[in-house]
Amino acid sequence: MNTIETSSVLYTHYERKEGNQQTTHYCPGCGHGVIQKMIASAIEELGVQNRAIFLSPVGCSVFSYYYYDTGNIQCSHGRAPAVGTGVKRVLPDSVVVCYQGDGDLAGIGMTEIIHAANRGEQLTVFFINNATYGMTGGQMAPTTLLHEKTLTTPFGRESERDGKPLAMAEVIASLDAPAYVRRCAVSSTKELLRTREAVRIGLKNQVDKLGFSFIEILSPCPTNWKMSAVESRNHIEQVMKQFYPLKTFVDKRPENVCIKNNSFPLMNDDELLSLLTGDLTARSFESPVIDSPKTITIAGFGGQGILSGGTLLANSAMAHGLDVSWLPSYGPEMRGGKASVTVIVSDSSIPSPLDEKPDFLLAMNGPSLQYYKDKVKTGGTIIVNSTLVDDEIGRDDVNVYGIPATAMAQEALIPSAASVVMVTSLAVLSEVVSVFSLKESLNASLKRRELLDANMDLMKTAENYITSNFLVNNYNKKV
Amino acid sequence: MQKRLVKGNEAAVLGALMGGCTHFFGYPITPASEIAHAAAYYFTKAGRTFLQAESEVSVINMLYGASSAGARVMSASSGPGIALMGEGLSYLAGSRLPCVLIDMQRAGPGLGNIWPEQSDYNMVVKGGGHGNYKNIVLSPDGAQEMFDFTRAAFSYADEYRMSVIILGDAYIGQIMEPVDIGSTVDHGKRKDWALYADEESRENLITSIFMKPSSQGQHNRELQQTYRRVEKELVDWEEIETEDASVIFIAYGIVSRICRSAVALLRKAGLRAGLLRLKTLFPFPSEAVLNHAKRKVTIIVVELSNGQMCQDVRAAAQYSTRIIELLKMGGEIPSVEEVVSFTQKTVLRSAH
Repeated sequence: MNTIETSSVLYTHYERKEGNQQTTHYCPGCGHGVIQKMIASAIEELGVQNRAIFLSPVGCSVFSYYYYDTGNIQCSHGRAPAVGTGVKRVLPDSVVVCYQGDGDLAGIGMTEIIHAANRGEQLTVFFINNATYGMTGGQMAPTTLLHEKTLTTPFGRESERDGKPLAMAEVIASLDAPAYVRRCAVSSTKELLRTREAVRIGLKNQVDKLGFSFIEILSPCPTNWKMSAVESRNHIEQVMKQFYPLKTFVDKRPENVCIKNNSFPLMNDDELLSLLTGDLTARSFESPVIDSPKTITIAGFGGQGILSGGTLLANSAMAHGLDVSWLPSYGPEMRGGKASVTVIVSDSSIPSPLDEKPDFLLAMNGPSLQYYKDKVKTGGTIIVNSTLVDDEIGRDDVNVYGIPATAMAQEALIPSAASVVMVTSLAVLSEVVSVFSLKESLNASLKRRELLDANMDLMKTAENYITSNFLVNNYNKKV
Repeated sequence: MQKRLVKGNEAAVLGALMGGCTHFFGYPITPASEIAHAAAYYFTKAGRTFLQAESEVSVINMLYGASSAGARVMSASSGPGIALMGEGLSYLAGSRLPCVLIDMQRAGPGLGNIWPEQSDYNMVVKGGGHGNYKNIVLSPDGAQEMFDFTRAAFSYADEYRMSVIILGDAYIGQIMEPVDIGSTVDHGKRKDWALYADEESRENLITSIFMKPSSQGQHNRELQQTYRRVEKELVDWEEIETEDASVIFIAYGIVSRICRSAVALLRKAGLRAGLLRLKTLFPFPSEAVLNHAKRKVTIIVVELSNGQMCQDVRAAAQYSTRIIELLKMGGEIPSVEEVVSFTQKTVLRSAH
């Protein structure tokens, strides 16, 4: 089989090999040697030796790095297309040789090859199909022919039990993305020449950034087939080719569409820093007087802006120079419509962010009031959304206030801002944060900045309501 | 520096970018998905790479390839996903490739649920895959440390050529706190062992296979030497009111913050309590544990698992003091009051 001269891309002396460093570890008559020489010659002809990175799989070709004077990575079983994806995403100008056997690619690695092909990764995959697990001693491969005897099919492969052989070139060709899909063989001089052409095309496609190339090569394994070298080649010609037709399935070279890089430009450090800090401008206010950490729970249902109300409160507390923690209700219940968030503000570092006994409860619907009202600390405060809540509180050791938050938010045409009304009420009624800092923090807390003015007006409405209804004459007026 | 209110999950992504990470490969899993969401936004916008892989197995192998190519790389997942990455983690260790992972722990075994547990401790701290290897494991207690630890993880990973795993939990990911993101991006340096698709690096080989037992043995011994160096150089913990303490909690992650509140309440009630908060899990702060154990303090390990971390505490304490476990599983979490009353009862018992 030694019909192709050696290449400068292959070492002349295999120093990484233990034992005889003049010969390869492949068996006489094996297809790997001749295919690997063809790949080396193509790399040499394309002048990309320095850019080439060879991915050795698990299988007989695991030691390909003994021979290739290129960059080398040994990959885990079946995962070379994922490893290659990683390499190419870092080094788009590298030339990655993804060299895989049939157990590796069509068995354990089916997921990786399908998805790499489907993404159109800039890879050249050589799929060496000898219909057997060679390195482990000749077990059934996904490509083993029907009735073929192997160590794990001692009476022959049966479709009813083992399924039928997988024709990978056809599978890959069924995808839209691949640029080049072809099946070849190394069974005769004619087929060797065709294989050499395919190898060259596959690698050149990668250099030209045309996309994903997949070259399946029917290759002899005399040792495990228990045949002579000549019988093995005849087996490919007379038997394997019947099931695995040699042809070009996909060839998009004539379209010559170079895959474009649509990514955002690489940011420098200053740009990165400004992206990560957002558009916050430094603000700080007189710290309000809080004598101990305060816990505020805002609870209601999804769509009332519960979480963003909490964010507004937390941002505002942070602007006062306070430490703050914000912890939402968590888990599947979030998808069931209930929503709550617990915000703790403190003038010192907050230990546990989990506090089930709030100082302030902002209850935005009936069920949440019922759930939380008895957890509020003695002397604490409950503010209810009076549009939706007219339940009895049943406690005389807490302060209770009501504000029609939903109605106000609807009137302002921002129904999702009902929580803004509640948080504003809290600011007016307590010393946790000031209304001024709440207003100043609104911009940083809003997802939809175009609603800034509407939210600001809503805050004024809420502030006026609380002031005129509760603060002017009767501070502790109850609902 | 102005602080920004950030969720733990998002803080990790900011930390990664400030730590020079250029490639994030992700796969969705609750409660780690938000990290992928934030990475998809920030990495893409910053002209770095975010790619959603087809599985966690593919993720870890994409990390393997990208790390081979010299990049600072990361992913985030939760227990089931980290388990799937086990073989890949072993390959990374065998090939001495740096990598950063975040494990936002959920309850197991099996599908379990998405509430917090600390039951990935053994899997992550002891290795996770086959072979004699270790990961550096860091345990943040809030959003700021999610940022700080993730940022630092990349230089640790490069320095020791190891995987660094940030072991968080669902609460640490969900909590939003003020975070200082600093102002310096740490890009790292060219690595003399990596592949850059150029002439200078052409000779380099990334592999974990050594055919001769003597070569594989030597490779293993070198790995263990690196781990000994990590133990000396990286071990980190925080002592909170331990100096005069007669009862010391040992905890990490969200539980350490509950214990911190308990320490304050217990001291108000006249009990000298303290907290040894673990910041690194491998290396494990064994000496710190032993020092307290020798003083015959009562150690209470509070942990969201069947006592996985406590095994390491017992080994470190060398049976020289009383060690009591307060364990929760399944997503249950002890309240501050529960830790306080458990401790008071424990001390009362030992007084009689």
